[in-house]
Amino acid sequence: MKIDEVPQDQLKSFEGQRKPLYVLDDAGKYTTQLSSGWEAEEVVLEQALAEFDVAAQTALGRVDNGLASPLEYHMYRCRMDHRVLAQSSGKWLWQVRRHCRASVFARMKERSLQCYADALGMTVTDLRRWPPAESQS
Amino acid sequence: MTPEFDHRQTAHCESGAMAALLRHNGLALSEPMVFGISGALTFAYIPLLKVGGMPLLAYRLPPGRIIKGLSSRLGIDMRFHRYRKPEQGMAALDENLDAGRPVGLQTSVYWLPYFPQDMRFHFNAHNLVAIGRNADTYQISDPTFESISIADRASLQRARFVKGMLAPKGLLYYPQSIPQDPPFRAAIVKSIRDTVNMMLRAPFPFVGVNGIGFVARKIRRMQNDSSEQALHRNKLFIGHMVRMQEEIGTGGAGFRFLYASFLQESAGLIAVPELSDIARQFTDAGDEWRRFALYAAKMLKGRMPLDFEKLADQLYKVMEMERSAYIQLRDLKLKVVA
Repeated sequence: MKIDEVPQDQLKSFEGQRKPLYVLDDAGKYTTQLSSGWEAEEVVLEQALAEFDVAAQTALGRVDNGLASPLEYHMYRCRMDHRVLAQSSGKWLWQVRRHCRASVFARMKERSLQCYADALGMTVTDLRRWPPAESQS
Repeated sequence: MTPEFDHRQTAHCESGAMAALLRHNGLALSEPMVFGISGALTFAYIPLLKVGGMPLLAYRLPPGRIIKGLSSRLGIDMRFHRYRKPEQGMAALDENLDAGRPVGLQTSVYWLPYFPQDMRFHFNAHNLVAIGRNADTYQISDPTFESISIADRASLQRARFVKGMLAPKGLLYYPQSIPQDPPFRAAIVKSIRDTVNMMLRAPFPFVGVNGIGFVARKIRRMQNDSSEQALHRNKLFIGHMVRMQEEIGTGGAGFRFLYASFLQESAGLIAVPELSDIARQFTDAGDEWRRFALYAAKMLKGRMPLDFEKLADQLYKVMEMERSAYIQLRDLKLKVVA
């Protein structure tokens, strides 16, 4: 890529940040040039974020209908899936799946909930609260 | 208290943090040199390892290999400390900073407060340099940002002690001693040899140059299943591939431009002008990687008909270009002693 080909597409997701790309200058020597983003990046980033958003919105409805526990919603809200939540809370994958069921979640002990609360960066009270607090919706 | 620190923004976090630490301790190396000498360039597709629900696709070796590869080839004595308890890890950090010693840290991206919201994912092997602290905040030279960043104590602690894949366990590192006259020629020659071996002679079909063809064939097969679920999954895979290539601080084209820059700089440093010509081929291969990303993005956005065949062909083209570049590197038969 040449220095005058560096994309400057002003991506929203960069929040005004820029990042360097390694490019050739006019004399054919390598140098860096700051880029405010490339549209192609934005497409794939939005795709990845939308995947979590859709999952979180679906979970919201499922919790309202008693099909899932708030844990499922907060998991997707924090851009995790069952596997990542299991790894970062220290629970087994099957436990996470089970705790995402409303009936099981209702019977969970404080200590178990604390593991999830820590992994999700929230308090147990907030984890239990439904509908979720404004800052967490 | 903030010590003097020459903050520079780099393309990749690990090579940037390492370059910054070395520069602060008296060894000025460019980011491409750090990346190239560590021999971290690769291509690997490992479907058994899942990262955020997606198969692992890597354009460089696993986190930590840049620091370890560079320090072993140049004879730099790096110290690494991990901590069982967060309190211990934070106390050790404070101790180092109070003694005026900036240290490298491994952290999660998700819990760093200064990261743009849309860039926060659960990736636990981000690297940054802590350079100073006030009562409750830390000054951070994060190589992926233009200026010095600030993080509060609670967030930094959380980011250093997340659990899960690639858990940092509070990793803290700094160079203990740096040789007066590092063996650059030997380091460059050996690292090129290792990279060529890995790319051309990997014993698995999904690693190295052949790995690119492996993924190309996987993409070609995607057109056989046109059910809605499969289509959604396949689109996610292609988007994931482009993200790994462009977005995760690679300097463009999955580190290929960074490597070309390394070869160009080496050509002058060890007086092998042929390396400059080969660097140009890596640039061309990188341009084709970018073209792949552009096609993929247009297809995902619906500005171009979704055509897995075309994407696969493009990857095959990249594979052939990279293969010929590595073969030329191999046939230079560089010697450690000039």
